[in-house]
Amino acid sequence: METAIEARGLHKSYGDLEALKGVDLTVRQGEVLCLLGPNGAGKTTTVEILEGHRNYDGGDVAVLGYDPATGDRGFRARIGIVLQNAGVERFLTVEEVIELYRGYYPHPRPLDELLSIVGLQEKRQSLVRRLSGGQVRRLDMALALAGDPDLLFLDEPTSGFDPEARRGAWEMIAGLRDLGKTVLLTTHYMEEAERLSDRLAVIVEGRIVAEGTVESLRQGQAGTVISFRNPAAELPEPLRTSAHVENGRLIVETDNPTPLLHELTGWAVSSGIELEELRVASTSLEDIYLKLVGSTPERARP
Amino acid sequence: MNDVALALRQVRYTNRSFWRNPTVAFFTFLLPLIFLVILNALLGNDSGQLQGGEAELKYFYIPSMVALSIINACYTSLVMTISIARDDGVLKRVRGTPLPGGAYLFGRVIHTILIALLLVAIIVTFGAVFYGVEVPVKTMPALIVTVVVGAAAFSALGLALASVTPNAEAAPAIANATILPVLFISDVFVRLDDPPRWLDILGDIFPVKHLSEACQAAFNPFQTGWGFEWLDLAIVAAWGLFGVVLAFRYFSWYPRE
Repeated sequence: METAIEARGLHKSYGDLEALKGVDLTVRQGEVLCLLGPNGAGKTTTVEILEGHRNYDGGDVAVLGYDPATGDRGFRARIGIVLQNAGVERFLTVEEVIELYRGYYPHPRPLDELLSIVGLQEKRQSLVRRLSGGQVRRLDMALALAGDPDLLFLDEPTSGFDPEARRGAWEMIAGLRDLGKTVLLTTHYMEEAERLSDRLAVIVEGRIVAEGTVESLRQGQAGTVISFRNPAAELPEPLRTSAHVENGRLIVETDNPTPLLHELTGWAVSSGIELEELRVASTSLEDIYLKLVGSTPERARP
Repeated sequence: MNDVALALRQVRYTNRSFWRNPTVAFFTFLLPLIFLVILNALLGNDSGQLQGGEAELKYFYIPSMVALSIINACYTSLVMTISIARDDGVLKRVRGTPLPGGAYLFGRVIHTILIALLLVAIIVTFGAVFYGVEVPVKTMPALIVTVVVGAAAFSALGLALASVTPNAEAAPAIANATILPVLFISDVFVRLDDPPRWLDILGDIFPVKHLSEACQAAFNPFQTGWGFEWLDLAIVAAWGLFGVVLAFRYFSWYPRE
């Protein structure tokens, strides 16, 4: 498969602060790649370099075959950007703004199509300043799609959405993949990342520490998490050493859940203890992510 | 679409936005008229020495308010609107599209020049109707050239200053702090009969006095020629070029961090 984004050894410093220490990242054409990382890890810097909004100090980058730092109009005509905080002309109506932006591109998508993709048909005559926060985010998306781009950058596209609006946005983003678009997504919501992305990349302190599908990231990690409310009684060995406490819950991670559960429930039944809120789940993306970024929860002996 | 067509399209949309924001439109047009009424009420019927003879000072205040209008509509308002657009991320968004930055800014500047022309037309009409300062006919071409050159130059200076404003909150203070003192030493609010020499020289350095004098020439009742003040216009234009150079060098599309 061809690559839409190829970055090798990307470096960027702000004064003494080395924000990117050699980022390697590949995004294939037609896939949704989610870039995860804690605040200050270099996520925004990476994305802004790829968008052409920021210069880089070293390394090689090709976005759709262009160097974004010198990317000309041909480059900008093929990308669409949803920024976290980008204003729109507030005294124009929704359809006027979309028309304005359509005019910037050589092959714009039809206005009505854009309105229906983002679900703003009803609001087409409203002034931008009268829109709700969620509606403005949808307008953001319409403007990013105005030029029918091959590659979309979505920077936390659903932050501040209520759950229902988030579902709507997810459908919309999933629809973009069906249109054959390549999407580079950043988000703080693990559910969003898991649901939307084909592959994930995790950036920590200016370096990509993991890249792959959720399944491939899960490899090498314990597959199952067993948890229940911390009981008053002391657990028997070897359960005791393999468990840790988090938010009042006892957590055991294991690759062999069946014998462990057998042992656990056997102990509980024979001691007459109820395992309250017992939960057995496969390791979540959030667990994997937290391990990768090194903020493992404080371990305490039960 | 070529770049000129894109810039003109930008003018259309900027204009539509402008008139839909009533407070901005209102004050852009009202402020010079308020000054005109106050200054004429205070001093308009006094006599003073103009180029060529004694005349009522309304012949001074109409053109000086024309100069003020140009500066207010172009310089002050561009510094503020560009700073706001940058802080809001509007400029950043535009930067991510294929629209050339020059076409965007050129569209903004053309729009402010058109607003300045309209504003001047209102002032001139106002002066003729309420103060009997007849609309200059023979010097009209000179007046139009002066307004266009002045508006273009002060727009360029506005862009230059907007390049260095740290944020939108600071923009009005910076715009006023840079222009108000110059207005006072430049034959706009106060007529400089016999100023201290250093003040006179200082006023000659900046473009405001030259713009004001070029406007005065068009309204001077003793004017016998066409009213073109080429030297003044050249100095104003030179300042405009200086503004263009600064803006090219320092303009930023991104909010300061």
